Amino acid sequence: MSVKITIDPIACDAYGFCAELLPEAISLDEWGYPVVDGHPLPLELVEAARRAARDCPRRAITVTTRRTESR
Amino acid sequence: MTTSVSPAPGRCVTHFLLGQPSDLAGHIAAHGPLAVRGRRDHGSVDALLFGLERSGLRGLGGGGFPASVKLAVARSAGAGGTVVVNAMEGEPESDKDKVLLTHVPHLVLDGAQYLAAATRARRIVVCVPLGLDHIADAAGRAMADRRGAGHGRVGETVMRPPHRYVVGEESALANFLDAGVARPQFRPDKGTPLTIGRRAALVHNTETLAHIGLIARYGPDPFLSRGITEEPGTCLVTIGGDVAHPGVVEIDRGTPLHGVAKLAGPASGAQAYLVGGYGGSWVGPSHFATPYSSMSLRTVGASAGVGIVVVLGRSSCGIAESARIARYLASQSAGQCGPCVFGLPAIADDMAQLAEGRADDQLLTRLGHRLDVVDGRGACRHPDGAVRLVRSALSVFADDVEAHRRGRPCEHHGAPTVLRLPIPGGPP
Repeated sequence: MSVKITIDPIACDAYGFCAELLPEAISLDEWGYPVVDGHPLPLELVEAARRAARDCPRRAITVTTRRTESR
Repeated sequence: MTTSVSPAPGRCVTHFLLGQPSDLAGHIAAHGPLAVRGRRDHGSVDALLFGLERSGLRGLGGGGFPASVKLAVARSAGAGGTVVVNAMEGEPESDKDKVLLTHVPHLVLDGAQYLAAATRARRIVVCVPLGLDHIADAAGRAMADRRGAGHGRVGETVMRPPHRYVVGEESALANFLDAGVARPQFRPDKGTPLTIGRRAALVHNTETLAHIGLIARYGPDPFLSRGITEEPGTCLVTIGGDVAHPGVVEIDRGTPLHGVAKLAGPASGAQAYLVGGYGGSWVGPSHFATPYSSMSLRTVGASAGVGIVVVLGRSSCGIAESARIARYLASQSAGQCGPCVFGLPAIADDMAQLAEGRADDQLLTRLGHRLDVVDGRGACRHPDGAVRLVRSALSVFADDVEAHRRGRPCEHHGAPTVLRLPIPGGPP
């Protein structure tokens, strides 16, 4: 299973809560907008990512889970 | 303003856009009536899908998305939709939409009609920016002639969105036609069909449609006979800057860049080409022989974009020109995404300081970091284009960058621009 965070840059208004709640994967640029590192999220951070998505005042964060295909 | 280089005599049959008849009578005499039969004509739909796939035709509005895939996606979204002719040409250096709609409007509209039949669309909308009345009039006259002659099954209308750089981005255009908001939409998955009024919207650049019009009639072979094997076909390029005869030309794909530039007359010696437009890349003399094809341009960090080559002569400053472009692109943000709204002006400020020889010690580090941070973080590709342009300037004009950084800008940094940047506050 791989988990990915996507931020809707139109919805985002730089509240910055996400970087507080998930500093391991989200940092803020010099203007206060979130930068996601783009790597798949470690599983132990999934709950924190969901919380960041829930608590975003602009509902700009999507956490997508994709089952990794076994070959 | 515009010169079009006509194809060599006797080669018209092998898929050329320019040089085809402008009027409907001439158009029908040359190509015959539309070969669209009924709404359930699966044979001609299959033939069109096959022709597009076989030709390898890709969108010529800058995105480069395969036309066959785009058609398949639109077909999957069901009937009753809209085919949008995108003549928004927000890029100031480009003239091809204007040339196509004034010189060969019926090729463009035919392409739209074939797609409308293949997707069982309800209407065709031609989008021409506000302010370009003569282009809208030309399109309107062509449509009236077609209506009068019963040429074309699906109704064609003209719409006039605002004349801004990003409105030509296809999701912004669909957004305007759907909701009156001429701003790009956030589409993480580009495979999702665009919609207008909850029905499929198939948006295509004028040039792509003109090719589709010919491929639908003649199949892919004439298109495949042009260009190079890896990338067949012809394409339109607007040549500008320091050349004797700026204008739109039609070239075989794979023509070397300097061969393309030469079509606009002798240049006084070029120090770089701006390829792809303001969101494109500078290419230096060591790569002037690069073939004009996506694959080859990519190897030198460039892309064809909407089809533009601007020649920068010896008496211009690449840093100063790039700073002007960066400022212009910052002013053209749709104002939706933070990294674009704040990042592009910050990048433009850095470039302006560099151009004027007022760089502080941190400037290049800061600018490099800002370019990395802004890249890929908008809903549309507008900020990415600005980043690409500035990065290419820092690399192609590296010697000048060093001189400017040391506070000794090159002697031409105050020279007037060779670009067609709109004057702030002036007419569009």
